[in-house]
Amino acid sequence: MVLSGLLFALGTAGVLIRRNIIVMFMSIELMLNAVNLAFIAMGRRIGSIDGQVIVFFVITVAAAEAAVGLGIIISLFRNRATVNADELNVLRW
Amino acid sequence: MPLWLFLFLAALAVIAALGVILQANTVHCLLGLAINLLTVGIMYIGLGAVTVGFLQIIIYVGAILVLFLFVIWLLNLQAEGFTGYLGLKVLVAIGTAAFAAELALIFLSAPRISKVVAPLSQDSISGLGHALFSDYLIAFEVTSALLLAAIVGAIGLARRVPLSVDETARSGVGGRRLGETEQSPEQTAGGTSVRPRGITGRELDATVN
Repeated sequence: MVLSGLLFALGTAGVLIRRNIIVMFMSIELMLNAVNLAFIAMGRRIGSIDGQVIVFFVITVAAAEAAVGLGIIISLFRNRATVNADELNVLRW
Repeated sequence: MPLWLFLFLAALAVIAALGVILQANTVHCLLGLAINLLTVGIMYIGLGAVTVGFLQIIIYVGAILVLFLFVIWLLNLQAEGFTGYLGLKVLVAIGTAAFAAELALIFLSAPRISKVVAPLSQDSISGLGHALFSDYLIAFEVTSALLLAAIVGAIGLARRVPLSVDETARSGVGGRRLGETEQSPEQTAGGTSVRPRGITGRELDATVN
């Protein structure tokens, strides 16, 4: 559990300090992974299978999210030729 | 899972996670992520969740990371180093340490539900299957719809758009004429094109114009 908290904090730090959106995306996967680890450990502790089921769904959603997110990154790169999050201000008002 | 194995895997996972957020080269970041996911997957197997552990290795390491690698190579990224503000980084380092300590304290002070680890009533895969197809049946079916939507959405996003708004503004009022769609799209996209235009793109151009 402590390890999952540590990994989650590292993932958060990765999102905050990196400006490359692909690395930020990897950090999000890191955070998802940490939460999965917490689910498995807690499910093991209380002797329930539900934690594993939730992790199954989280992995599925993460796969879908990765596909869509990488599609967005490709589309962004094609239009703006950058992966630096500071320069991607299309949605800024 | 013996304690020394857990400590070894935990140290490896933390080092790999540090590698993800500190490496300059994106492919090295991806390698760190692969090691991290592998160690956590082994940890799942050690914790008794054998099915989920193998699923993690197959889906994450086998599929998602290859997708990442494909995109990195497609975009032809160079090592970027650290850009941005130094003050922000110091702040984030302190904040991360505080956040990790807080999470650890919360987890350590959580009430112990049962000291003895209750064994699962069934083995991993059949228990998972029973749970998926009885209690979580609706969620399972919704997941299939989600995956379908994600596939369609990803294809739609990554598809080459016929004529973007920027190009319309740059190339004049009406955009390209129908006859000009025969010319190479790499020239008009300023060298950033990564995929040759397919038949569908040309047809869409025709319909747009």
